[in-house]
Amino acid sequence: MSMSKSVNKRVYGGLYLIAAILLVLPWVLPNSFYLDIAVRMAINAVIVLGLNLLVGFAGQISLGHAGFLGIGAYASAALPTHFGWHPLLAMGAGALACGVLAALVARPIFRLKGNYLAMATLGLGIIISIALRNETQWTGGPDGMPVPAMGLFGFELSSDRQWYWVVAALLVVSVWASLNLIDSPFGRALRALHGSEVASQVVGVNVARYKGSIFVMSAAFASIMGSVTAHYVGFVTPNFADFFHSIELVTMVVVGGMASVYGSIIGAVLLTALPQALATFEGWETVIFGAILMACMIFLPKGLVPTLAARWSRKE
Amino acid sequence: MLEQFLQYLFSGVTVGATYALAALGFALIYNASHVINFAQGEFIMLGGMLSVMFTQWGLPLWAALLLAIALPAVVGVLIEKLAIEPVKGADTVVLIIITIGASLFIRGLTAVFLGKGTFSLAPFSGDAPINILGATLQPQSLWVLGGTALAVLALWWFFTRTLQGKAMLATAANRLAAQLVGIPTGWVLLMSFAMSAALGALGGILLAPITMTSYDVGIMLGLKGFVAAVLGGMGNGLGAVVGGLLVGILEAMGAGYISSAYKDAIPFVLILLILFFMPNGLFGGKSTERV
Repeated sequence: MSMSKSVNKRVYGGLYLIAAILLVLPWVLPNSFYLDIAVRMAINAVIVLGLNLLVGFAGQISLGHAGFLGIGAYASAALPTHFGWHPLLAMGAGALACGVLAALVARPIFRLKGNYLAMATLGLGIIISIALRNETQWTGGPDGMPVPAMGLFGFELSSDRQWYWVVAALLVVSVWASLNLIDSPFGRALRALHGSEVASQVVGVNVARYKGSIFVMSAAFASIMGSVTAHYVGFVTPNFADFFHSIELVTMVVVGGMASVYGSIIGAVLLTALPQALATFEGWETVIFGAILMACMIFLPKGLVPTLAARWSRKE
Repeated sequence: MLEQFLQYLFSGVTVGATYALAALGFALIYNASHVINFAQGEFIMLGGMLSVMFTQWGLPLWAALLLAIALPAVVGVLIEKLAIEPVKGADTVVLIIITIGASLFIRGLTAVFLGKGTFSLAPFSGDAPINILGATLQPQSLWVLGGTALAVLALWWFFTRTLQGKAMLATAANRLAAQLVGIPTGWVLLMSFAMSAALGALGGILLAPITMTSYDVGIMLGLKGFVAAVLGGMGNGLGAVVGGLLVGILEAMGAGYISSAYKDAIPFVLILLILFFMPNGLFGGKSTERV
C-alpha cells in the first residue's frame, strides 16, 4: 500500500508541475503570438494523450487518427452552419459518429493478430479526407469552411486568453484522467495485452474487447478534440484530416515516448514548436522533419521521456 | 459500351502494373525483414523525377533510365544501412516511423533540388495512339506492361535459378536457419532494399510519360502499392503482381463507372474489405501464430 502511494505521489508530482506551469504561462508570454502557440501545444497534447493510450498502452498504431479529428472538426463546422445545431450538440454528434465508425472497424480487425489496425486506419483516414475534400456542398471542398463560435448561455468563447484557460483545464483533466486510467484494472489489462496478448488471454483478459474499447474511446476523444480545434481556429480545411497530420500525431507519441503520459505532452510541445523553429530554414522543413524522426527513432527508440527517466534513475 | 470498358481496362492495367512493381517492392522488404517500408512510394517518385532530370541534362534515354534506376537503388541501400540496421529487432511502430522519416527526407530533398513543379517525360516511342476495337492504347502503356513483365520474369529467374535468390528465399523462410547454413542475412536485407528500390524506380520511370511526375507523387502511388501488396497477401510475390493489376483495374473501372472524384478512395475501400473478409489476402496462406 505504502509503495503504491509513493508511486502515485511521484506520478501526480508531474501533474502539479504541469498545472503550475499552465497557471504562470499567460503572465510570462510576451504576446498573443506565443499565447496562440501555447494553446495549439495544449490542444495537441490532449489529442496525443488520447492517441498514446491506444498506441503506447494497447500497442495498436492508428495511421488515420486525423480522420477522426476531421470528422469532429467538420461536425462542428457543418452541423451548426447547415442545420443550426448547437455547437455542443454538434460536438457530441461528431464524437458519436466516430465512436460508431471505430466500433464497426474494430470488430473484425481485432479478431486478427498483429498490426492490422495500422492498415485499416490508414485506409479509413484517407477515405475520410477524400470525402471531406469532395463533398463540397457540405464541407466547402478543398477550400474548407468557417466554424461558428463556441458559446454557452449567451457567453461566447472568443479571445485567445479565454481559450487558453479552457484548453489548459482540458489538459490538466486529461492528464489526471490518463494517470488514473492507467492505474485502473482497465489500464492494467491494456498494458498486459501490450506485453503479451497470449499471456493476457490466458489470465482472462478479453483481448479483442479491450483493444476495441480503447480504440473506440480514442476515436471519440479525437473527434471531440477535432471540434475544439475547429472552434478555436475558426476555420477548417481538409488538410486537417490528412494522412500527413495522422503521421505527425503518431510522431508526437513516439518522440515523447510510447506509454508515457508526460512523454505525450513533451512530444506534442516539441513537435508543435518545430515548424515554427524550422520556418527560418525555408524549403528544408520536410528534410529536417524527416531527419529528426529517423534520428529520434534510432537513438531514442523508447522516446524522450522514458529514455531520460531511465537514465536519471540509473544515476540515482 | 465495349470501347469504354476496354478504355478503362487499358488505363487500369497500365497504372496497375506500376502498383504491382511497388507491391513487389513491399513484399521483398517485408519478407527479408518484416518491415513495411513506407518509403517505397518515394522510389517510384525518384525514378520519374531522376529520369526527367537526366534526360534534361542531355543524356541518351537508355543512360538516363539506367541511372534513374541505379540511383534509387543506392538510396534504398543507404536507408537500410543507416536507418534500419541500427534498430534491428525494434517495435513495428518504430520501424514504420523510421521509414516514414526516410520518405519525408527523400521527398524534401527532391523538392529542394529538383523543385516543386510538375514534369513530364517524353514517351519512349512516340505518342501515336494504337486503336484496338474502338479503344485507344498509348504506346507508352505497352512499355509499362512490357517493362513490368520483364521485371517479373527477371525476379522469377533470380529467385528460382540463382544461388543468391535462393539464399534470399531461405532467409525469408527462416532467418536463423539461413544464418546457420552460412547465408549472410545482412547482405540479404541490403539486397532486398536495393531491389525493391530499383523495382519502384522502374515503375516510376515507365509511368512518368503517362501521368507526369512531381516531388509528391510518391505518397499515393506508394500507399496504393501497399494496398496491392496486402490484397495479394503480404509477402507473396505472385499475389503482389495480381493485387497490383487488380487495384489498378478496379480503380479505373470505379473512376469510369461510379465516380471519378472518389477514384483515389477506391483502393482504400478495397483494403478495408480485404481486412474484414479475407485478412490473409487473395493468395496468402492461413497464418498460424507462434507463441
